Amino acid sequence: MQPLTPIFDRHSDRPLADEKSSGPLPLPRSFPGGEKPRPGKMRRSKKQLPGLAGIIGFLLLWELIPRVGVVEPRFLPPASEVIAALITDFSLTAFWVAVGETMLAWAIGLMMAIVLAVVLGFITGSSMVLRKFTNSTVEFLRPIPSVALIPLAVLLFGVKIESTLMLVVYASFWQVFIQVLYGVADVDNVAMQTAKSYGLGTMARVRHVVFPTALPYLMTGIRLAASVALILAITAELVIGSPGLGREIALAQSGGAISGMYALVLATGLIGVVINLVMRFIERKTLSWHSSIRSEAIV
Amino acid sequence: MRFLKTLGYVLALPLILVAIWWVSTLGETNFFVPTPALLAEAFAETWLGDRILSDVLPSIGRLVVGVSSAIIFGIVTGLLIGSVKWLRDLTEPVLEFFRAIPPPVLVPVLMLLMGISDSMKVVVIISGCIWPVLLNTIEGVRAIDGVLSDSAHTYGIQGWARVKYLVLPSAGPQIMAGIRQCLSIGLILMVISEMFASSSGLGFAIVQFQRSFAIPEMWSGIVILGLIGVAMSFIFQWTERRVLRWYHGLREVENAI
Amino acid sequence: MQSETTPAPAGKTLPGNEAMLSVRNMKKVYKTDGGDIEAVRNLTFDLKAGELACLVGPSGSGKTTLLKCIAGLMAPTEGEVLLDGVKVSGPPKKMAVVFQEYGRSLFPWMRVRENVELPLKNQGVPKAERDRLVDDALEAVGLAHVPQSYPWQLSGGMQQRVAIARAVAYQPEVLLMDEPFAAVDAQTRADLEDLIRTVWRKLGVTVLFVTHDIDESVYLGERVIILSSSPTVIQEDLTIDLPDERDQLNTRSLPRFTELRHHVYEQIQLAKAGHRPTAAAQAGH
Repeated sequence: MQPLTPIFDRHSDRPLADEKSSGPLPLPRSFPGGEKPRPGKMRRSKKQLPGLAGIIGFLLLWELIPRVGVVEPRFLPPASEVIAALITDFSLTAFWVAVGETMLAWAIGLMMAIVLAVVLGFITGSSMVLRKFTNSTVEFLRPIPSVALIPLAVLLFGVKIESTLMLVVYASFWQVFIQVLYGVADVDNVAMQTAKSYGLGTMARVRHVVFPTALPYLMTGIRLAASVALILAITAELVIGSPGLGREIALAQSGGAISGMYALVLATGLIGVVINLVMRFIERKTLSWHSSIRSEAIV
Repeated sequence: MRFLKTLGYVLALPLILVAIWWVSTLGETNFFVPTPALLAEAFAETWLGDRILSDVLPSIGRLVVGVSSAIIFGIVTGLLIGSVKWLRDLTEPVLEFFRAIPPPVLVPVLMLLMGISDSMKVVVIISGCIWPVLLNTIEGVRAIDGVLSDSAHTYGIQGWARVKYLVLPSAGPQIMAGIRQCLSIGLILMVISEMFASSSGLGFAIVQFQRSFAIPEMWSGIVILGLIGVAMSFIFQWTERRVLRWYHGLREVENAI
Repeated sequence: MQSETTPAPAGKTLPGNEAMLSVRNMKKVYKTDGGDIEAVRNLTFDLKAGELACLVGPSGSGKTTLLKCIAGLMAPTEGEVLLDGVKVSGPPKKMAVVFQEYGRSLFPWMRVRENVELPLKNQGVPKAERDRLVDDALEAVGLAHVPQSYPWQLSGGMQQRVAIARAVAYQPEVLLMDEPFAAVDAQTRADLEDLIRTVWRKLGVTVLFVTHDIDESVYLGERVIILSSSPTVIQEDLTIDLPDERDQLNTRSLPRFTELRHHVYEQIQLAKAGHRPTAAAQAGH
């Protein structure tokens, strides 16, 4: 569930990009997998035009499909109706309460997962023996789909927020934990020995060497975990019936409030987009000192 | 000796954990946590009988059909969109939005559109897990190295040959990353679609056990979902290591510098 | 041959059917958001079959732009490129290009042998002949021992040898080289320069070698085309009258080598200072 590398900076056809006969030698080995696009602010506004056209085109298509009768409007209401329903939602307290419940579960779950994963990740990652010792267990537990825990959550907590939290924490924990392990393993031996030779103690080494190295990985893990956490929060609400947007969707569907249901689906998508953007922004800000923001390792 | 040491590392922690579990359930009977023996018994009884045919295999079948269609469809569409610049600019925000929608909300939507059926469950899986493959393919195609592309062009490598020798391998690492996400979303959607709207399948069975307080059986269901997850992860890793051997080698060389 | 409005000097031209490669009044303007950028103003020159010419110019003189237009990877804004009398509108079959970025021009997912073989396979060359061509090419560049390695397992110089082998196996009539040795170390570079001379003499291929290195251009070429700074015209088209047999030690210590090198250096300095050739100066040459 890892989001893409940034979508907005593009450098597909820079006119003078090929005039590179001057200046320092280009790095001989650089490959798309490890290459990051550079921001190109100038061209952004111009580039967003086709995207806007795409969105409008999509909405028009959506409007037409039920109106022409390809799909019955009672199953798929036209876009205008759904958007109207969403705007109505925006003025309802109940809607914002549901959003708040979902975001609360998201935030608490994500924080718990991050704290747990950072602590365990740094401890496990810093010792070769511990890493080997835990590896098989991690590789076994990680692929277990978090939704497998749904019955257990229901049994333990019923339809309370704790059920949601259990799924969110389990799913997002692994995203961060694995990245932290990679980050700690990536610490440069030379840097570590240099630090030792200058008499830095364990805590100082963690602070000045290990943490800065692992930070880009940690940020990637957090960004991935943020979108996973949203998915699981909504899922738990939808399936278990714990409070939040997911439950509202299920209620709207069973209650026949079709436009309302589509409006809520749109709302979850918007929240997803906002989370992605905010997380990318935070990642960029945190790592601005880092010359190249790391590309995600294929885990 | 080395082998024994490795084996020790692999088995030590799982054995310790099972031992703790065994000891802690030894004394009193906890309603929520069955003993290892009880769980093993429930597992064998529940899943090694009729349910393999009635619940497990149909679920896995839908998962396989859904996930492979999503992968194929995602790669093909991604190649197309990724190669045509205006199409990419046009569709990107809409696709990003679809990707941001938490896939499970598609279950009630598709239930409404298609009714409750096998094909609805397959469509749920496809429509939920196509996005990472599609968007990663687009990104992979877009990021093809300019020099490499020029090289292929000057040697007259075009059309299908270009896709086969240049585009697909070059986008391979990105595509595989997308497939990994696709698999985990697929498994989630398989379970949820059955929990939500079904009278058979793994997800349905597990919810039934929970509702009827058949605790060991419920746990055995969690175990079987875990096993499926682990198996998928192993198959993926095995495939990925073969398909992208060159990529891992290249990265090792790069990291060594 | 020269347009009336811009009396730019032309490089050497040949009568009609003698030229293997002809560049005629080529102009390239890039359209950008910030306005038009004229990279190449007016270039005209011919290469006869079997010639080895070097194209040298100051940084940013549009060398790569020119090369891309010749290779058919980019369309010139005005003018045309003819290969064996036929206008170039896309990468022609008879042409091979070796790029500077060896690490990015080879397919990292293919072994050395597969990299060299791919263009031939794509052309539908039968297996037996393909094998022979690949073996010969790898032998010629001294890489017969590593066909099963991946390119990234090799040193930079060796990777560039693979790229050269790929070009050689393709049996082009014209070989374009875009600063192929700019990113390899000096030792390797000398070896590769000699390799190019050897390959060129053995195959009789027409070579256009782009470089920013003055020594390299004089050492390698039979002819050096000096470009002005951007917007590019031809500063001078110089014949290198050094003996055909060249080697790193003796050729480079010939008095004539030093003179030629000196001359090219002066011209480049003039070009950098913004001096542009006039039609009169060119006529007197």
